[in-house]
Amino acid sequence: MQVVDKKNLLIPEVGLRVKALESLLAEKGVIDPAALDLIVETFETQMGPKNGAKVVAKAWTDPDYKKWLLRDGTAAIGKLGYIGVQGENMVVVANTPDVHNVVVCTLCSCYPWPTLGLPPIWFKSAPYRSRVVIEPRAVLGEFGVAVSDETEVRVWDSTAELRYLVMPMRPAGTEGFTEEKLAELVTRDSMIGTGLAKSPG
Amino acid sequence: MNGIHDIGGHHGYGPVIVEANEPNFHEVWEGRMLSMMIGCFAAGVYNVDQFRHPIEKMDPRHYLLSSYYEKWLCTVEQNCIDTGIVTRDEVDARHKQLIEGKVT
Repeated sequence: MQVVDKKNLLIPEVGLRVKALESLLAEKGVIDPAALDLIVETFETQMGPKNGAKVVAKAWTDPDYKKWLLRDGTAAIGKLGYIGVQGENMVVVANTPDVHNVVVCTLCSCYPWPTLGLPPIWFKSAPYRSRVVIEPRAVLGEFGVAVSDETEVRVWDSTAELRYLVMPMRPAGTEGFTEEKLAELVTRDSMIGTGLAKSPG
Repeated sequence: MNGIHDIGGHHGYGPVIVEANEPNFHEVWEGRMLSMMIGCFAAGVYNVDQFRHPIEKMDPRHYLLSSYYEKWLCTVEQNCIDTGIVTRDEVDARHKQLIEGKVT
């Protein structure tokens, strides 16, 4: 970019440059600042991994829903209302004792916004994107996830069109739990594959 | 296209750094940038591929050092220039006015 400061290689006063562009686009009628306020508020209040957790908890308690979710993630997630921008086409992959799934976007930052919200910085960072595809067990180990040698690790590379959600294994000792209670055990990282669902208690 | 963004399998970037209790936005401008990106997308300024293209053409040093939302600024600004909505001079001038406190 022309505006990059050659010394520090970053855009100086970047926040003010964002403001400059926003004010120009508003004056030209391309965007409406009030609509932008609403978008920010929606991300802060309505989007996030609690949506994906509801999907997983439902699949844990309803075998028919689980079958549907794994066969047609887009439709099954859409039934709960969590399909939209950056989550138009969804594939759900289930962890089992034999297979552990983990998701990355090596090229950028593709992530299922309607089910997980905005991606954390580490998901978008060079170390995660470069390493998880060549040494997934080492990366998982850094997240505290020990995968045994007998368990296959599958790494799914997202695209702009297709996003993945991991369905973690249901923790032991949760028999009879309600969907609501189960959803509390489903963490963001467990749906990326860099974590496991929490144990109760 | 291939380039610095095509980073899968590269060596040397070090450990994955995880921030505990990370907020959605670390600065107010990051939220504005996210919503402006969505607003321009909704207004038809670019499609997904057009959005990604300028990021993939960034100077590799800038790409690696810049934050996620700085990359988004680069591509939204470039797309707005390429489609004739604004000129670089206009953005430069408004940016300068804001830095100097001549407009708020």
